Amino acid sequence: MSDIAQKVKNIIVEKLGVEESEVTPEASFTNDLGADSLDTVELIMEFEKEFNLPIPDDEAEKISTVGLAIEYLEKHIGK
Amino acid sequence: MAFKRVVVTGLGALTPIGNDVPTYWSNLAAGVSGAGLITKFDASKFRTHFACELKGVEVTQYIPRQEARKMDAFTHYALIATDEAVKDAGLNLDAIDKNKVGVIWGSGIGGLKSFEDEMIDYAKGDGTPRINPFFIVRMIADSASGQISMRYGFRGTNYVTVSACASTNNAIIDALNYIRLGRLNMCVVGGSEAAVTKAGIGGFNANRALSERNDSPETASRPYDKDRDGFVMGEGAGALILEEYEHAQSRGAKIYAELIGGGMSSDAYHITAPHPDGLGAFLGMQDALNDAGIAPEEIDYINTHGTSTPIGDPQELKAIYQLFGEHSFKMNISSTKSMTGHLLGAAGAVEAIACIKAMEHQLVPPTINHFTDDDEIDSRFNLTFNTAQERSITTVMSNAFGFGGHNAIVIFRKPS
Repeated sequence: MSDIAQKVKNIIVEKLGVEESEVTPEASFTNDLGADSLDTVELIMEFEKEFNLPIPDDEAEKISTVGLAIEYLEKHIGK
Repeated sequence: MAFKRVVVTGLGALTPIGNDVPTYWSNLAAGVSGAGLITKFDASKFRTHFACELKGVEVTQYIPRQEARKMDAFTHYALIATDEAVKDAGLNLDAIDKNKVGVIWGSGIGGLKSFEDEMIDYAKGDGTPRINPFFIVRMIADSASGQISMRYGFRGTNYVTVSACASTNNAIIDALNYIRLGRLNMCVVGGSEAAVTKAGIGGFNANRALSERNDSPETASRPYDKDRDGFVMGEGAGALILEEYEHAQSRGAKIYAELIGGGMSSDAYHITAPHPDGLGAFLGMQDALNDAGIAPEEIDYINTHGTSTPIGDPQELKAIYQLFGEHSFKMNISSTKSMTGHLLGAAGAVEAIACIKAMEHQLVPPTINHFTDDDEIDSRFNLTFNTAQERSITTVMSNAFGFGGHNAIVIFRKPS
C-alpha cells in the first residue's frame, strides 16, 4: 500500500471511528462507513490539511469512496 | 384550569467535588473545596491561576469517542449528568410517552473552548478559512439540549436558556410552567458549563470578577468573609428530572421534592453590577414566594447566589432582609459556591440538587472558608459558616443572578 493510501486510511479510521478492515477501496463514506454530510466535508478538509493540497468543491463532491480519495490524491500530490 | 403539580424524580451531578450525586453531597456536607491550580492550560500569565475543575472524568465511558469529538465539553458534561438523572429516575423509556418529555437546559456561554480553539487555529494560518464543519454545532449553546433529546428520543419542547449565571433556574422555571399547564409530562432540566479556558479565565479576569488569591486556591471562594476578592470559576453540570405529580405516582417513582414555585426579575440597572439595594433580587424572591403561594416565614434555608464578590454578597443579604425581615435571622443561609466554585450557567442546577439533598438529609451544607467577619454583614444572619448544620428543613429557596441583571429563583418543598 502506498504511503498516501495508508495516511488516507488512518484519517478515515480516526475521524469516522471505523475499523481499518472496513476501510476497503470500494467502501463508500456515507453508505458503508456511516458518514453524514458533515463528516464527509470534514474528511475532505483533513485530506487537504494532511497533504497540503486544496481540493476544489466540484472535485470534492466526486470523492465518495476510499478508493476515489486515494486515486485523486495520488494523482495530484507532488505535481 | 387547576395547575398540575411538579415533582423532582431524578438527579444527576458532575461537579468539582464529586462526579455523581452521592459523592457531591457527601463532600458538600463535609465542607470540601474543589479548587486547585488550573490544569487545562498554562495559566501562569493570567491574573488567576486556579479554578474548580472537574477531576477524573472519562468522557468516553459515557459517549462513544466518535460522537464525543463532535461536541464541546459543556455538552459532554450535560450528557453525563443527564445519564445519572435518567437512571436515578428509574425511567422505562419504552413505557412513557416520549413526545411529552421535554429538555430545557441552561448554559451561560456554550462551547467556549470550541470557539477559542478554532479561531486560534485560524489565526495561525494565512487567512484562508479552514473551519471545521462541526465548529458551529460544537459551539452553540443549544447543542446540549439537542444532544440529550437525540440520545433518549425525547421529542417534547426543547431549547436552552441563556441568562448568564441564572440560566439553569430559568430553565427550571420554564419547565415548571410547561408541566403545570399539562404541555409536558416530564422535562429534563439542568445546566452545564465548561468555561475554564483561556477566554473564560482571561475574560472574567479582565472584568475583575475572579478571585486572585493564587497562594491559596482552596480558601479563595469565601462568600461573606471580609477578605473575599471575587468568585472562583467552576465547571460541570447538574440535571434534574421534573415530572407531573400524578405521572410520577402512577409509575411508582421516588419523589425527592416538589417544585412549588419560581420567580424572575431584572435589575434594569447595570450589565455586571447588581442593584445597590438588591432591588432585582428582592423582586425575584418575592415573585417566587407569590408563585409558590407561601409566606416568607415558610422558607427554612436559602442557598444564595453568594459568589464571594465584594459587592454582590452583601446586596443579596440586604434583599433577603427586606423581604424576610426578622425571619432572615431564623432561617439558614449558605453559599455552596464556597466549595464548588461558581459554575456560571450550571450553578442553579448543582445548587438545586444541594437544596434537595439538604431536605432529604435535614442538613444545611456550609459556607466554608469563613475567617473574618465583615462589618458590612449583619452578624445575626446564620450563614452556616464552616460546618454543616442539622435542622428541620421543609422548604428551600435557591437564588441565581446573572450578568445582565437577570434574577431567577426557585423554591422546593419536601414531599409530604
